[in-house]
Formats: sequence, structure tokens, C-alpha cells
Amino acid sequence: MPIVLLCNLVPVAQSVGVNRIVPTISIPYPLGNPATSMEEQYKLRYQVVETALKALTTPITEPCVFKV
Amino acid sequence: MKKVLHYINQFFAGIGGEDQADHKPELREGVVGPGLALNTLLQHGQVTHTLICGDNYMSSNTEQAVQEILELIKDIDFDLLIAGPAFQAGRYGVACGTIGKAILQHRQIPVLTSMHCENPGVEMFREFFPIFKGGNGAAKMKADLKSLAAYADKIFTGEKLLSAEEEGYFGRGIRHQVWLDPPVTASTRGVEMLIKKLNGQPYQTELVIPQKDLVPIAQPIADLSQAKIALLTTGGIVPVDNPDHIQSASATRWGRYRIDQMERLKSGEFKTIHAGFDPAAADEDPNRILPLDVMQAFLHEGKIGALHPYFYSTVGTGTTQREASRMGHEIYEHLAEDKVDGALLVAT
Repeated sequence: MPIVLLCNLVPVAQSVGVNRIVPTISIPYPLGNPATSMEEQYKLRYQVVETALKALTTPITEPCVFKV
Repeated sequence: MKKVLHYINQFFAGIGGEDQADHKPELREGVVGPGLALNTLLQHGQVTHTLICGDNYMSSNTEQAVQEILELIKDIDFDLLIAGPAFQAGRYGVACGTIGKAILQHRQIPVLTSMHCENPGVEMFREFFPIFKGGNGAAKMKADLKSLAAYADKIFTGEKLLSAEEEGYFGRGIRHQVWLDPPVTASTRGVEMLIKKLNGQPYQTELVIPQKDLVPIAQPIADLSQAKIALLTTGGIVPVDNPDHIQSASATRWGRYRIDQMERLKSGEFKTIHAGFDPAAADEDPNRILPLDVMQAFLHEGKIGALHPYFYSTVGTGTTQREASRMGHEIYEHLAEDKVDGALLVAT
């Protein structure tokens, strides 16, 4: 079963051997910057999670970071 | 007197906790925080400057933070960088390692730091410079500073440096030639080990192969519109009364909570109990960590086939690999039972 790790500390994820990684925007608020409007946060969250869903369907042969 | 540059985070500089973790790099003359004790322990060196940077600023803007720090210190001379100690604080450990590596590369100045064995910074940076085996929290500050100061003094006086194990830091994977006293040739040592092995006696190999717990790459989902997806997080999102009493750090428990009747996680019903970051943003809108609102949208749009009716949560700060692995296996059983096709795990 594929799993995607959405995280801010990408080098840590890589060092422990995570295979599918999607970078998030920060540690306390990975999927929505409170300094922006709720609409913008939703839009960003939609994009990041959409990238993660795409990562679930992407064949890979080595650990991979999927940029948003 | 040799000159030491000391790197610490915003917390140990007394600037503030998680609310100040975006603090930009700054350079101060003299000692700040733990540098005071470091100076009393150092016999042949002295902390002349202290570098301070917020842990979040470093992790979210790594390249920029490193450039700013190199610029801040470009005109000062020093003989050694001591970073931390970082204990079990993951972001702080990674920050100490990142700065250490940059200073080693750009200034060719030796670097020392100290971390607990569960700090992710250990595996990431141990090959570059000595990382002393430190305690899991600031209660071990004095002991950890003592190891750093003692080794720094050895460097300053040119005293013979022993192996990683004898000195007390994590091995860098560097092999040195040593002369045994009395001399025993490799063939004799090898045969002695083999005899012990055949007799079922304990023996110590001379070449330890580090074990990495790697997971094979899973096959991708063929058709997302038919797939059932689950949401997981290590960001500590729980119902406000935390019914499973998940610990705020060093967690050994996890919980699962129903979400199939909700369009989004509401503030006041869910919050984070994670002690490793400022909870304000997640408490105000828990979807910032557990993106239920957009997952429901993807479900309505037909992009995914189904959403597993529970989300799974624990806290990922200070959690040991052993506990994390056990919790992962326990959670997986629930996912497999419901025939989940894929999962998204949001980490903080």
C-alpha cells in the first residue's frame, strides 16, 4: 500500500528512507499559512494534497520528492 | 586562548519558545545562555561570539538562513564551532548539523556538537564532524557541555585524539589504522572470532555494518477514482478532550477518530496536543494539519473513490523509532482490514 509523507523537514524524511515525499510550507501549519486569507490557504492545501494524491499513483524506482 | 563560536537556537538564547521559532539569524558578542557554562568549562578556549537562529526559520528557509549566517560571521575569526547541545530536539539538531556542515565547508573550521541518539540530526550529520552522545533533555546540559569542552581543549592543545567510541561521539564511519598492544595479526583475530562464533560465544566484529530499516517502494495506485484513501498525522490532532490520552511528546499511544460525517475539522472540536511547535495555527484551523476539507472536495469531485472513515493521529516529537514502528504496524492493521489503497501522512 503506497503512502505519501507530507512534511517540512524533507532532508530528515530522505535520511530515514521515505519513498514518496511532498514538501509542506512549515512545521506548525503544514497546509495553510495563517498570514494569508482562508481562500488562499484552501487553494494551497488543495494543491499540496493533489500533488500527494498524484504521488500515490506515480510509479517510482527510487525515493522521490514530488514538488508542488 | 583559542576562539570558539557558539551556535544556539532561540529557546536557549532566552528569546522565546515556539512562538519565536521564526527568529532570524543574529550574531552577538560574548556568551548567551549555555555559553556561560561552556566558558567556565573550557580551559584553553573561550566563546567570543554566539550565533542565534530560530529553529523554524532554519528548517523552512534553510538555504537563506545558511547564507545569512555565513554573511554574519564573514569578518570574525574563530578556531572552532560548538553547536548546541541539541539533546532530543529534532529541528534544533538538524539546525546544528546544517550550520556545522556549512561552516566546515566554507570556512574549513572544525565543528563539534552533541545530540541524543534519537535525534534525526545524528544520522544526517554524523559523518561530517563529531556529534557527542548527549542526553535526551536540558537536564543533561552540564554533562553534555563537559564532553564538548573536554574534546575542544584536546583539539586546542594538540593532544592525541582517540577513536569515536573512546571519546564518546557517534562514529563517523572513518577507519583508522591502529597498532595493537600486544600485536595480534588480522588472521589470528579472524580465526578467534570464527571459533567463538562456532561455539556460540559472544564476539565483537571489527567492521560493524550499520543497519537501515528501509521499506521497499510500494506499487502505485492504478485508478485513483476507485481508490480508498486514509489520512494519518504525527501532528497530534485529536478531539479537544484527547480521549486516548496521547502524550504531547515521546508518544507511545495513537488514536483514530471518525470523520466520515464531517466536511472539515472544526476549531473547538479538534486541536493539537503536540508539544513541539506553537499550536495556535492548528487549533485555529485543524485542517492546516489534517486536510479533511480538501479530501472531502476530492471525494465529491470523484477524484478519489472513497475516504477511510477514520483518521489516525499520534505525536511525532521525541517519539522513539521503536515506538513509531510499533504504532505504524498497529495502524496498518486497521487500514488493511478496511482495504485502504493508499494513505497520506502529514508530519509536523
